[in-house]
Amino acid sequence: MTHRLLGLAAALALALGVGPASAQQKLKVGFIYVGPVGDHGWSYQHDQGRKAIERELGARVETTFVESVPEADSERAIEGLARTGHGLIFTTSFGFMEPTLRVARRYPNVKFEHATGIKRAANVATYAAKFHEGRYIIGQIAGKMTKTGIIGYVGAFPIPEVVAGINSYFLGAQSVNPNVKIKVVWVNSWYDPAKEADAAKALLDQGVDVLAQHTDSPAPLQQAEARGKLGFGQASDMERFAPKAQLTAIVDDWSGYYVQRAKAVLDGTWKSEDTWGGLASGMVKMAPYKNMPDDVKKLAEETEAAIKAGRLNPFKCPVFKQDGSEVECKGNGALSDEQVLGMNFYVKGIDDRLPQ
Amino acid sequence: MRLELTPRLDPSPLARVLAPIAAFMVAFVLAGGVVWLLGRSPLAALQVYVIGPLSDPWALQELVVKATPLALIALGLSYCFRANLWNIGAEGQYVMGAVLGGWLALATHGTDAGPWVWPAMLLLGVLGGALYGLLPAMLRVRFGVSEILVSLMLVYVAQLTLDYLVRGPWRDPKGFNFPQSVTFDPAATLPLLGAGRIHLGAVFAVLAVLATAFVLGRTLFGYRLRVTGEAPRAARFGGFDSGATTLAVFAISGGLAGLAGIVEVSGQIGQLQPTISPGYGFTAITVAFLGRLHPFGILAASLAVGLTFIGGESAQILLKLPLDLTTAFQGLLLLCVLCADALVSYRLRLVRRGGGS
Amino acid sequence: MTAFEAILLTIVTASTPLLIAAMGELVAERSGVLNLGVEGMMAMGAACGFAAAVTFDSTIIGIAVGVLAGTAMAGLFALAVLGLAANQVGSGLALTIFGLGLSGLIGAPFVGARRDPVSPLAIPGLTDLPGVGRLMFGQDAFVYFSLALTVAVALFLGRSRSGLTLRAIGENHASAHALGLPVLRTRLLALLFGGACAGLAGVYLSLIYTRFWSPGMTAGRGWIALALVVFAAWRPAYALIGAYLFGTATVLQLHAQAGQIGLPAQLLSAAPYVATILALVLLSLGRGRAIGAPGSLGQPFVPER
Repeated sequence: MTHRLLGLAAALALALGVGPASAQQKLKVGFIYVGPVGDHGWSYQHDQGRKAIERELGARVETTFVESVPEADSERAIEGLARTGHGLIFTTSFGFMEPTLRVARRYPNVKFEHATGIKRAANVATYAAKFHEGRYIIGQIAGKMTKTGIIGYVGAFPIPEVVAGINSYFLGAQSVNPNVKIKVVWVNSWYDPAKEADAAKALLDQGVDVLAQHTDSPAPLQQAEARGKLGFGQASDMERFAPKAQLTAIVDDWSGYYVQRAKAVLDGTWKSEDTWGGLASGMVKMAPYKNMPDDVKKLAEETEAAIKAGRLNPFKCPVFKQDGSEVECKGNGALSDEQVLGMNFYVKGIDDRLPQ
Repeated sequence: MRLELTPRLDPSPLARVLAPIAAFMVAFVLAGGVVWLLGRSPLAALQVYVIGPLSDPWALQELVVKATPLALIALGLSYCFRANLWNIGAEGQYVMGAVLGGWLALATHGTDAGPWVWPAMLLLGVLGGALYGLLPAMLRVRFGVSEILVSLMLVYVAQLTLDYLVRGPWRDPKGFNFPQSVTFDPAATLPLLGAGRIHLGAVFAVLAVLATAFVLGRTLFGYRLRVTGEAPRAARFGGFDSGATTLAVFAISGGLAGLAGIVEVSGQIGQLQPTISPGYGFTAITVAFLGRLHPFGILAASLAVGLTFIGGESAQILLKLPLDLTTAFQGLLLLCVLCADALVSYRLRLVRRGGGS
Repeated sequence: MTAFEAILLTIVTASTPLLIAAMGELVAERSGVLNLGVEGMMAMGAACGFAAAVTFDSTIIGIAVGVLAGTAMAGLFALAVLGLAANQVGSGLALTIFGLGLSGLIGAPFVGARRDPVSPLAIPGLTDLPGVGRLMFGQDAFVYFSLALTVAVALFLGRSRSGLTLRAIGENHASAHALGLPVLRTRLLALLFGGACAGLAGVYLSLIYTRFWSPGMTAGRGWIALALVVFAAWRPAYALIGAYLFGTATVLQLHAQAGQIGLPAQLLSAAPYVATILALVLLSLGRGRAIGAPGSLGQPFVPER
């Protein structure tokens, strides 16, 4: 234990060793995380992005993070970064939106980047990832791999991002297996490993044999492994938690975007804009396809390539709601970004009620 | 050898004042040890945690903002704790105050309702908290059910109620389905004091301190409260109805927690969200004990505990010390305060085995 | 394995940590000490146990260290409330806050590490029995231990001389002391037992239930264990029923969703808490005022000389 502690201390001291003397010329980049960096999921992946900035830009930058910041009390933490010389600040949860905008008004020279946000300002950019693209692929895999014909989904909260993910997953499964059924369980938490495990067990008990999740811990996937069933990793590659069960994982990769934005600030080319990156931009990546026959793997790879090339959109028109009515097609041959970002209905074939 | 306690007959008033300060210092020394174990300089940590924030006008302003809800809730808790009633559900009463008060903000949203809205919201907030606080009190008085557990269970129920409302009926229709209400109109927003972030809630906290000092020192109710706390049986012989006292202190405690909730929502957050408190209702218990249940003590304690939050964030930013250190320190601090309290009331002696009874 | 059996299995594993922690707290409370620090002791058990299991690559060592961590936390609590007669409610709360923070510091280097599953017990012949086979003879050792623990605690409190002493001390410490019973020593042992159980429940979460450690993973289960003790009116058998009812409620809530019953999820999530409050009220109705709370519960004891 002492050994570990000292090792940790040494690593931290090393990180601190980049002296504050040269801080004036450096760009200080700050991060606000909603969870602990050790959640294996959402905040962990953002922290990987922070490390990528340190790795790529080395001596030109210095990074800081504040973890487990409660959304309702985040304004002070954000301002704390802004007033300590941070030139670029990433606030990485939807709930940080209003506080970020308020602080941004008071610090017009600091650049802000708000993840999954919907409001921008001259010095506030927004960014998010099209995870639903990856979910279409895992849906197809699930549709192929299920023996019982029932696939499962552990959801955090019934917000548009998650609902769009479920729809995309189901549409993917349906495209290869028209009779497939889906069961959804909400745990009302982004992160509660034991409850996520219980939810996964409930689904497995009801005959589900391929499990997807939109919560942050590896617990549901582990349950699939323990029961000899299959599943998908979420946010990060969770293969080490379930080597036999993980078919693939939808990996959030913020590294490229974060490095690019930090560079833009250093070069003076930063602009406020909205970035919604998917598989093509590398913001969403698929972990290696494993534990499946070659034909399924080939299908998945082809779908991935088609989405990357823009030949396939999970929400291509026509899209039908549960009652059979057709959704107005506001995009170019598919639902528009706004429609996906505000999705509050299940597609036809999902035999469940969306909690309101 | 073993420890033996003997009650001090007349604990010195000076010791009573010095005890929390001594506890603070002991906790600092222990936390400093942990910081040292983590390979950082304890002195640098002290600078970042305490001296930095105290010598920075911005941090002082943030300190007042942070201390406001803590002081309001802890003052209310002091009524309960003085009566030996353990309300540990202030978090739920805080949420219910915010819910009832926030309801008015949403009901008047988009109308040209006048500046009467926010005062009415505050009243509803107090009412919501008080009614919710009365639930465990009534169950205790009527059925003898433990108020500790009922008030705690009701915290979860309150949080889930708010969660349901902001995800369902109260969701902002234009908010892309995200779980939050519309942002409050100016008429539903608590006025700010000056240009910074300090809002009218800070004034209420100070008023609540003065009112509590008056009630405890100058009224029959305050006297009764002290008697009930010190000797419940004597209070009964004295003709005091302990049932009525129970209801009263829970109503006051809930009302102040509810006020804190609505003040935070209308003064700070500006809308209803699934979570509107980083655990103020629980942290306030630390504040109440640290302030020795005395109104002015609580005022000082709310600032001291607020400082650990502000300092904890600076420590994350400047020293990259983990948040858990701040949490551990707060727990340690409370433990030290309670032990110091006990040492004021009792004399501690080491006795050889066989000595004593 | 049928769906019904599978659901029962899930309920059993969800209930086990609650039962173990509640059993420890029950003994402590029967001796007259209210320890609100269960959540903190559980968190420490989960973090320290996992850290040790990974470091030494041994589940057994992990379990032992987790139990020790819970016991050590209880020792700290005992120092405050027995040694110094400090306020029990406040000290317990402090213990929870402290434990949650310290466990985060200890666990941080072990984030991302994983352990292999501990294989459930398999008794040849019996485990494969249709119907009850898996349920009765295919659980992990903790499940059997928790049931044995319940029986042992029930026998100890109800039938043994030391159990009688412990209860007498919890009922009225002043008269127990006058009779020459060792009030402080008994309470110390009861508290340490409670800490060991909480630590074990915590280790169960990080080593068996999820098999990884993450900050705040106890997620309020310590508080539920506390509620269970009151719910059970301080009786081991009722605590067993309570733990399984609570486990059933949480699991069935998820099943109700998967089975597509159109109720708000929040209502279902709130059900166990409301049920606990109702049970408390009903218990008190059925038994008059005194619902079996030990007479001296929560009061500091300072021997008079």
